[in-house]
Amino acid sequence: MIKAILIFNNHGKPRLSKFYEHYNEDTEQQIIRETFHLVSKRDENVCNFLEGGLLIGGLDYKLIYRHYATLYFVFCVDSSESELGILDLIQVFVETLDKCFENVCELDLIFHVDKVHHILAEMVMGGMVLETNMNEIITQVDAQNKMEKSETFIFQSTRQDR
Amino acid sequence: MALKIVKGSIDRMFDKNLQDLVRGIRNHKEDEAKYISTCIDEIKQELKQDNIAVKANAVCKLTYLQMLGYDVSWAAFNIVEVMSSSKFTYKRIGYLAASQCFHESTDVIMLTTNQIRKDLSSPNQYDTGVALTGLSCFVTPDLARDLANDIMTLMSHTKPYIRKKAVLIMYKVFLKYPESLRPAFPRLKEKLEDPDPGVQSAAVNVICELARRNPKNYLSLAPLFFKLMTSSTNNWVLIKIIKLFGALTPLEPRLGKKLIEPLTNLIHSTSAMSLLYECVNTVIAVLISLSSGMPNHSASIQLCVQKLRILIEDSDQNLKYLGLLAMSKILKTHPKSVQSHKDLILQCLDDKDESIRLRALDLLYGMVSKKNLMEIVKKLMLHVDKAEGTTYRDELLTKIIDICSQSNYQYITNFEWYISILVELTRLEGTRHGHLIASQMLDVAIRVKAIRAFAVAQMATLLDNAHLLTGNTQRNGICEVLYAAAWICGEFSEHLENPMQTLEAMLRPKVATLPGHIQAVYVQNAAKLFATVLKGEEGNTDGTAAQEASQLMIDRLPLFVQSANLEVQERASCILQLVKYIQKLQQKDVEVAEEVNALFAGELNPVAPKAQKKVPVPEGLDLDAWINEPPSESESEDEQPKAIFAKEEPKHSRPRHTEVDEKELARRREARKQEQANNPFYIKASPSSQKVYQEAPGVEHIPVVQIDLNVPLKVPGLPMSDQYVKMEEERRQKERAEKKKKEKKKRKEKRSGRGKKHDSAPESEEDITPAHMVDIVTEEMPENALPSDDDERDPTDPHKALDIDLDKPLADSEKLPVRSHRAAESQKSPTDGETENATLQEPKKKSSKEKREKKKDKERDRKKSKEEKKKKKHKHEDKEEDLLGGQADEPVLQSEETSQVADPPTSSSTTAEVSDLDFWLSNAPVPSNTQEAATVAAAAPEPSVTAPDSEPDEPKDTEMEETKSSKHKKKKQKKEKEEKEKKKKKKHHHHHHHHSDGAGEESVQNGTVEEEEPLPPMSNYCLLAENSYIKMMMEDADEVYDIQGNLQDGSQVVVSVIFENKCNSFLKSMEFNVLDSLNSKLQRPEGSGPHDGLVVPFQLPPGVSNEARFVFTVQSIVMPQKLKGTLTFIVKNEDDSTHEKLDFKLHFTCTSYLITTPCYSDAFAKLLESGDLKSSSIRLEGVNMPFHHLLARICFHHHFSVVERIDSCASMYSRSIQGHHVCLLVKTSAQTVSIDAKCDEPTLLGNVLDEIKQTFSQC
Repeated sequence: MIKAILIFNNHGKPRLSKFYEHYNEDTEQQIIRETFHLVSKRDENVCNFLEGGLLIGGLDYKLIYRHYATLYFVFCVDSSESELGILDLIQVFVETLDKCFENVCELDLIFHVDKVHHILAEMVMGGMVLETNMNEIITQVDAQNKMEKSETFIFQSTRQDR
Repeated sequence: MALKIVKGSIDRMFDKNLQDLVRGIRNHKEDEAKYISTCIDEIKQELKQDNIAVKANAVCKLTYLQMLGYDVSWAAFNIVEVMSSSKFTYKRIGYLAASQCFHESTDVIMLTTNQIRKDLSSPNQYDTGVALTGLSCFVTPDLARDLANDIMTLMSHTKPYIRKKAVLIMYKVFLKYPESLRPAFPRLKEKLEDPDPGVQSAAVNVICELARRNPKNYLSLAPLFFKLMTSSTNNWVLIKIIKLFGALTPLEPRLGKKLIEPLTNLIHSTSAMSLLYECVNTVIAVLISLSSGMPNHSASIQLCVQKLRILIEDSDQNLKYLGLLAMSKILKTHPKSVQSHKDLILQCLDDKDESIRLRALDLLYGMVSKKNLMEIVKKLMLHVDKAEGTTYRDELLTKIIDICSQSNYQYITNFEWYISILVELTRLEGTRHGHLIASQMLDVAIRVKAIRAFAVAQMATLLDNAHLLTGNTQRNGICEVLYAAAWICGEFSEHLENPMQTLEAMLRPKVATLPGHIQAVYVQNAAKLFATVLKGEEGNTDGTAAQEASQLMIDRLPLFVQSANLEVQERASCILQLVKYIQKLQQKDVEVAEEVNALFAGELNPVAPKAQKKVPVPEGLDLDAWINEPPSESESEDEQPKAIFAKEEPKHSRPRHTEVDEKELARRREARKQEQANNPFYIKASPSSQKVYQEAPGVEHIPVVQIDLNVPLKVPGLPMSDQYVKMEEERRQKERAEKKKKEKKKRKEKRSGRGKKHDSAPESEEDITPAHMVDIVTEEMPENALPSDDDERDPTDPHKALDIDLDKPLADSEKLPVRSHRAAESQKSPTDGETENATLQEPKKKSSKEKREKKKDKERDRKKSKEEKKKKKHKHEDKEEDLLGGQADEPVLQSEETSQVADPPTSSSTTAEVSDLDFWLSNAPVPSNTQEAATVAAAAPEPSVTAPDSEPDEPKDTEMEETKSSKHKKKKQKKEKEEKEKKKKKKHHHHHHHHSDGAGEESVQNGTVEEEEPLPPMSNYCLLAENSYIKMMMEDADEVYDIQGNLQDGSQVVVSVIFENKCNSFLKSMEFNVLDSLNSKLQRPEGSGPHDGLVVPFQLPPGVSNEARFVFTVQSIVMPQKLKGTLTFIVKNEDDSTHEKLDFKLHFTCTSYLITTPCYSDAFAKLLESGDLKSSSIRLEGVNMPFHHLLARICFHHHFSVVERIDSCASMYSRSIQGHHVCLLVKTSAQTVSIDAKCDEPTLLGNVLDEIKQTFSQC
């Protein structure tokens, strides 16, 4: 199971937080800070796993992260997930973002956090991996975006009618 | 109203959207909080409007603010409003917000039930998808209960997109509403073989999660997962399954044996590191589970270790990390294999990556031996000096202590060295682990008697240099060490060379700055030291030294009397008064030393932490019994529990320690004696406990050390452990040298540890004698201690509720709750309908599903849930016409099915399942049924793939076409066989439901069946041969197998034979042999001669039956054939075994070469018109049965299908495996049946008609 997925930048500003277990807002912020603290002090060429922090996890949990340019992608997972599998999943996630946003950069995530959530929802559901095939994920995301577009079009046209 | 909407829209133009909000926040970096609070006010205004678009926008912004840490739960109701919008765009916003901020205690959740249900059943798959995604984040027990049934329905949705989400969310539903697990499980299991890889992966995911927590309930799924593992190519699925097996193997070692081979193959073949790694992990788990007994899998261990070494040597830090992680698992059971890679692991200690260093440390723990402990610890000490970060350094410190203290200081040969290490560790700045070092010092000093003198000396120096430890405030953690030092010096003060000096050190004013509890120990132990000083001075006529000591106490103690700490104060004032009194006595020249010493007499022994818990209830004490008899109770009842308890007690009296070797026992006995000796209430047998020890039997050979007090204590306070390393080296060398001179007789002598040890030339583990008498006093336990109560699972663990037996048949009461107004349409019908639709609409799915099903082996087939069968029945209704006939003989297999089909199911299915699993597992050494079949198939000549020309070009409906085309693709003989197998099951199934009817070309509807008489049960199995040992049943009619078999290869026939063991002995080494004729030959594996028998791929325990299939090659099919055969087997009893044989005759009828092929009336007409067919006819008299029964029999026994039926007249069609068309026109009138037949092969036709005649003459 995945317990949480966090994206934050090099300064620890959260860009996306998805907790699959309930914490109150303050704890969530503390977890983000703590995780940032743990992850950011690591060198570039060290392994991508580290034992969980104090607030989230426990013995069974691990933080698995990847660092892309200005962003950290961190997954907090328990021992039922394969470490290398999750690393691949992060890669798929980032590549999917790249496809959906066309050369994704931090700004895309800042202004369209809702879209990132929707993409993530096609990959991970309730803490379990739903889909790992990038094409399938993109197909579903596109189909939903198309639906959204058609609805806004209808909405605007009805407004114009009035 | 319209105005309002317009107004809303205009307002909206001025609203901020999410992007504006983000931009705004970025532009207000200085007063972000203030800006956001104004934004929240705006949002509150927006939420008050009626316009849903405005609300959705507001909710979207709130979701963002939630991420920044703002509590938005006040808007929960608005979120629900947005969720219930009919527009997907808004609905999605609503569900996202809900998934981010709803949780179990959000009260508005209960308002959402109906909305979610509506969305789940929405025709738009994305509405459903969004609802499922949202629900997965905030499902509550109530929602789970109310929606479980709806979600379960969605598991069979036509869209894989919905199916996979529904399957996945079931896990959350199970967690919140465990009652749903059993009713939903059959369908979940079915999804393991879903044609869509996404759905399959989701199902594997869910079952793996479930099984991880309660593995024993999922053992019965092992064969299915095993099959998935060998067939799946999806690495995600494979990883999950392999991880699952890792959890299952500890429960079932036989499973492990089965796994080794395929896993090893995967290790060799896969290129995916993630998969390789998980395989290695699971192999390790298997090896661990097997390690307790049985064969040596050293090859597998070597493979794992070797692969892991490659990982560790990789430049990728991730692989290095994982390699070390896995290595530490091997270490537990196969330390030797890991120890050979010590170089590599020590190298990892120098890695720049802290995670990797920590993993390497873990490994070191298991790699130490008596020989290398000092060396390894020395290396670690270097790292301690180098380490910058306190966390890593603290980790090193704990590891050093762990490594040294593991299994009762097993690897420490020189405790002086260890004490020096501990003292060196006290020099660490700012460590958190002062108490850890302190407890080690105490433990060693108390339990290793021989070291006390040395320890006391070291502790005295520590006390003397206490200012070094406490001087820096940063070092606060370490001052705990002084607690231990003071206590040791006090308690074992008789070993002190200069107690007066230490006493002085303990009473320095600086001590008052230490924490209270340490001061208290100081004061108390100062008193002990004082007593020792008095005792030492007693002989002296000049009492000045003693009086000096008293004066010192009286001078210094008042400082502690003033202490704010209650305990320090209390002890100090008490002791102060005592010393004052003693001083008075001293001045009168009274001898006080003995009395003062009596205050502290007696030795303290270590007590196990759990000792109190383990005190057994004394015999005769019943804690549950009444102390005062309740008036009405009879006496006899009271006595009973006592008796039971007394009986059970011996069982509980096992002590906790695992390694109870003789030494250990002796030590414990000794410890107990000592305790008794020191117990003031115990009558002492001997004044000297030490003497008792030496006399104790069986311990003389332990070398007792005369502590060498020449050991120089070099720099006070800074002992160098290194010198002990050197000394130890020398000692060992000396031992080795001396060994050559010494003879064995010396062994029993008492001698110094500094030499004189009998030794063997190469220094091996056991040869290193400890430098001291390692009298490690074990922790005290009460006599007859109860075994430790295993750590119970956390009662709050949600997974505990899911520990449910899944093999038990479902009870009616366990159905999932369905909404009441829906009660009419039971949960099954809509789903089944859907599935059927799915079959028709998505032929591809069906075909692959069939492919998959074919892979199921026999055991699996039997286990199929009733529900699944039902579904299949619906799916294949259109094929039902070929499932008719009648015969009373009920074979084993069939009766077993009946019990499963019977409603409600009986427990027999469960037992069958269990024994099936046993069978699957017990099979391990012999290749399993399926594997054998595969071998046979492989040996068979490759079937020609060309489609036969003779295939009738009949018009087909979509279903038909799809079936065929899909079947064309199948080339594996094995699959064909299993397809047949599957079909057979279906047939049986139908008979028992009495739903079958051959009377029409349309698929039979349940409604029409009821009008007609039910059919008697039919079977194609007939008795082949039988004796007192074994019964063979042959499925004669099904010798001809499936359509696709014939399309590809017109010359093969598969015979299924059920072997049933009728006797009480074990039957094994069964060999099946047939005397080949010119026309028909048994297919044998390549390389075997034409007269060799085929080994039946299983053994039969008493009362068990199993089925084997044999492939025959037939050249001409126009004539019936008989083949003689023999079955040889060994009957194995407890003491002897005998060879037995059984002869039989296989009868290949012509109808057995026919296969049911559906045909449509226009194609049928064309065929008849073509004029290529020869005709023939027969008349049957006195057939006394309803027409549909008659048709059913022909269909069932002779593999025809009904083309068209009009009143009492029907046309039927079948094809042979070589493509001959056989057409029948069956008419009936008053007990007379006339059959006109046409076929392109007259001989075949004649024989078939004869066989039909025979069928009816039998009844």
